[in-house]
Amino acid sequence: MNRLKFTPYLFLLPGCIILGAFIFYPMLQAIWLSLTDYNMVQQNPNFVGFDNYVRLFQDDLFWKVLGQTILYLVIVVPGLVFLPIFLAILVNQQIKGISFFRSAYYLPVVTSMVVVGIAWKWMYAEQGILNYVLDIMGVIDEPVHWLTQTSTAIFAVMVVTVWKGMGYYMVIYLAGLQAIPDDLYEAARIDGASKWRQIIHITIPLLMPSIMIVSIMSSIAAMKVFEEIYVMTGGGPLNSSSTLVFYIYEQAFDNLEMGYASAAGVILFLITLIFSIINITFMNKKEEAMKG
Amino acid sequence: MKNVEEIEKNTNPNVRTPNPNNPKKDPTMLTKKKRIKPKEVFQKVLTYSILIFVTILMVGPFLWLLSTSLKSADANIFQYPPKLIPENPTFKYYGEVMEYFPFARYLLNSTIVAVLTVGFNMLFCSLAAYPLARMNFRGKNLVFILIISTMMIPFQLLMIPIYILALNLGLQNTYMGLVLPHATTAFGIFIMRQAFLTIPYTLDESARMDGANTFQIWWRILMPLVKPSLVTMAIFTFMMAWGDFLWPLIITNDQSMYTLPLGVQALQGSFAGNWRTIAAGSIISIIPIITVFAILQRQFISGAMKGAVKG
Repeated sequence: MNRLKFTPYLFLLPGCIILGAFIFYPMLQAIWLSLTDYNMVQQNPNFVGFDNYVRLFQDDLFWKVLGQTILYLVIVVPGLVFLPIFLAILVNQQIKGISFFRSAYYLPVVTSMVVVGIAWKWMYAEQGILNYVLDIMGVIDEPVHWLTQTSTAIFAVMVVTVWKGMGYYMVIYLAGLQAIPDDLYEAARIDGASKWRQIIHITIPLLMPSIMIVSIMSSIAAMKVFEEIYVMTGGGPLNSSSTLVFYIYEQAFDNLEMGYASAAGVILFLITLIFSIINITFMNKKEEAMKG
Repeated sequence: MKNVEEIEKNTNPNVRTPNPNNPKKDPTMLTKKKRIKPKEVFQKVLTYSILIFVTILMVGPFLWLLSTSLKSADANIFQYPPKLIPENPTFKYYGEVMEYFPFARYLLNSTIVAVLTVGFNMLFCSLAAYPLARMNFRGKNLVFILIISTMMIPFQLLMIPIYILALNLGLQNTYMGLVLPHATTAFGIFIMRQAFLTIPYTLDESARMDGANTFQIWWRILMPLVKPSLVTMAIFTFMMAWGDFLWPLIITNDQSMYTLPLGVQALQGSFAGNWRTIAAGSIISIIPIITVFAILQRQFISGAMKGAVKG
């Protein structure tokens, strides 16, 4: 039985080497870098204590992008939590051709964000479809420069984030919907409850675990938003659509301020950690409830 | 995919299963036959109208891009009102973009990166998950907690040190550089562990009595039994690797190592303002993934559902 002593570790070895080299080691390295002035040029970075953090907190641009990230979260998360519920209810019907519709709604999820960004840039163009539709509906009098004016750019990108993410969360809700026993609806129908009331009183309450999961997942995703901003606005105009991760990217790879960018990265980590802790607490509760 | 069939059958809460033995006692049978038709027709029309309206919202931007890519030079793409169907459709811009845009190379790079990432994950995650699910050893809980905790660390924090590490290892502009940081994921280990936990232990014991060693038990007995979970994990990893933008953006600066998303982004820079060409390039770049999705749509969606339930 001697061999049993080290066999488990042999199985764990390859995976743990990768996780160690590309997560644990970089994690410690990132914390260390955030305490230095490393900029890719000098041989040995100097230890500067908490200078980077002090500089961050005095940087107006940092506060601006942090505020915009929170704004992003506050607007995008409700969209990603509630709209997909209705999509899921819609495609959870047993009718002809439903799998076509399911796939159509999932299409933006499988397409790369770069192409999605380009498609929407074209929708948002001065003489694009969006301005046309809003014009004939009488909402606007003259074309809006959605992506190139400070008042609308970030909101225009938010729409794309929600649009691309809906299908993903729809599928999570679909799994949740199919776990709801049919006889509940049956009973409600016998009691004469309308479809709408069934949704409010049966579907939504029983979907709560999924709603919780989607809230946390979409919050963490919203904190990390980057690609759509990089592709559609480049953070502009005047940083009005820049977010925390975009700021980190710019500081690290445009300005080569690796130490300073790492400090901003640590702040990002601490914020997402809050959501993760909520997630774990919730999961434990769910597990206990299932055991009890 | 037996599971999907089951899921689809159970999909609709509105489908009633009348009791065949006692049809008279089932109230639904009686009312169903007497129900007035027009109301049902109206409901059907309404349902499909909503479904189609949402489809236009979700697919419309891609169709608009497709239409633009086919419009000839003399057609005004900034026309008011916009025209969805091009008058004299042309593939001219597809030819033009193929000339400047090494599409085959980007496709090859994307494919290599996605296949390697999926392969590494399938192997390393199921190796690591096996002892975590079915063996007792010192530090097991600690190892598991450490692995799961990696899910909480944002890649956007790690990208800076990983970039420095990759430069030092000479991994810039290499496939290994693109693949290794995502070669094992905690999510994959978690899914595989769940799968291994559901298999009865008696299988291991009888295999061991037949003289199989631990490795053989893992490979010959257990791996075939966790195939559905492997497929789920493979689809998740594939989508992540195929769509990844941030890491390839950082680790490659040689155009010949670009993956598809980076190639399209570069196209956007070099053809700025030339919308027909950009649209043509974008459409070409999504043909492969849309083809794969069209063929495997059921697996994609049921895989995502299972992943959601387990994750």
